[in-house]
Amino acid sequence: MELRDVGVGGILRNVSLRIAAGESVALIGRSGAGKTTMLRLMNGIVAATSGSVLIDDVPLAKSDLIALRRRIGMIIQGSGLFPHRTVYENIATVPRLLGWDDAKTRDAARALLSKMALPFDEFKDRRPRSLSGGEQQRVGIARAMIANPPLMLCDEPFGALDPIVRRELQDTFIALRSDATIVFVTHDLAEALRVAERIVLVDRGAIAVDCAARDFVASTHPIARQFVESATLAA
Amino acid sequence: MNAAEILRVTGEHVVIVLISVVAAIVIGIPLGIWCTRNGAASHVVLRAVDVVQTVPSLALFGLLIPIPLIGGIGARTAIVALVLYSLLPIVRNTFTGIRGVDPAVREAGVALGLTPRQLLFDVELPLAMPTIMSGVRIAVVAGIGIATIAAAIGGGGLGTFIFRGVAMVDTNLILAGAIPAALLAFFADLVLTYVERRLIR
Repeated sequence: MELRDVGVGGILRNVSLRIAAGESVALIGRSGAGKTTMLRLMNGIVAATSGSVLIDDVPLAKSDLIALRRRIGMIIQGSGLFPHRTVYENIATVPRLLGWDDAKTRDAARALLSKMALPFDEFKDRRPRSLSGGEQQRVGIARAMIANPPLMLCDEPFGALDPIVRRELQDTFIALRSDATIVFVTHDLAEALRVAERIVLVDRGAIAVDCAARDFVASTHPIARQFVESATLAA
Repeated sequence: MNAAEILRVTGEHVVIVLISVVAAIVIGIPLGIWCTRNGAASHVVLRAVDVVQTVPSLALFGLLIPIPLIGGIGARTAIVALVLYSLLPIVRNTFTGIRGVDPAVREAGVALGLTPRQLLFDVELPLAMPTIMSGVRIAVVAGIGIATIAAAIGGGGLGTFIFRGVAMVDTNLILAGAIPAALLAFFADLVLTYVERRLIR
């Protein structure tokens, strides 16, 4: 996956980023820095106004976006669950689009939900509005992951979770998707270090730091220092 | 005037309103959807249906009479006028209902790989349905009232009694038209409100 000198209106400028298959990258930065826009570029929800976005070396402008998106798992901030559908129907969205049979979908949903500490039989027929924020978020994660997409785009996926569940889910998530390419937006450095091998710091619409996760704490960039210091204080 | 006649005329009234509202649904929902997809269209269409609403109903019925094909004396002209009136709540509520869908939900639909058609039929329309139904209810209730004026251009319905009663200064005749019309509107409102509530769940 590659962003080649991409600009988006006044939000991003000259962003170039190459992510290898199987790599896990955290995009961190302050609110409004352009992290979410960068993520939305990667499945064509936001179009680049300059430069190009390539997936498997094919420019998005030349690909079938609908088919492509079914192979990209996206976890949206605040879950974005369909309020008129049950938990199971939400999770079954992509399998149905891909034409899986019911038994296969059901087995996959059951296995995935139980790994997320949501017993399938208890939750499958409930509607999103009857779930807590953290439960909704987990269902959103399951919906994005069920078809084992080779590329996962995650926007603050664990934001609404309490610290203990958050940590458990981070581990579950890493274990489940160790083979996938993961791009992960967060403003929590500890989470970035836990989930990602590589950290990209986004500041005012451009990439400020791009380094291996283990080198990030030693970065001399002033905003990187702020992240490291506030994380140290919190620890 | 007897019970059988009141019943027959009430039936006529219901048929005029039903045909009009069904036609307004068939025209209005796609128009409302189009407005959500096209900013320029939404300005023109929403303004046009607004303007129709400002024309006094008796005048609208009268203005339609000389128009070829849709005009003339009779129920057809009445139905055309009622369709025009019913468009506003249906177009506007379709537009508002779809616009009101949580952007995160729409984005999730796009990100999961729904086609624009699937997004419309599986996500946007079901979520907008309570609002659209509310527009239909307003169209039906207002239509039942406005349809009484259709009698002025020979459209039939309960207005026949009312106009005749006014001309003959016969209160009973006026009430024979007004009471069934009021009851129809009341019960239509009750039933459609129930449907609307069921849709919200």
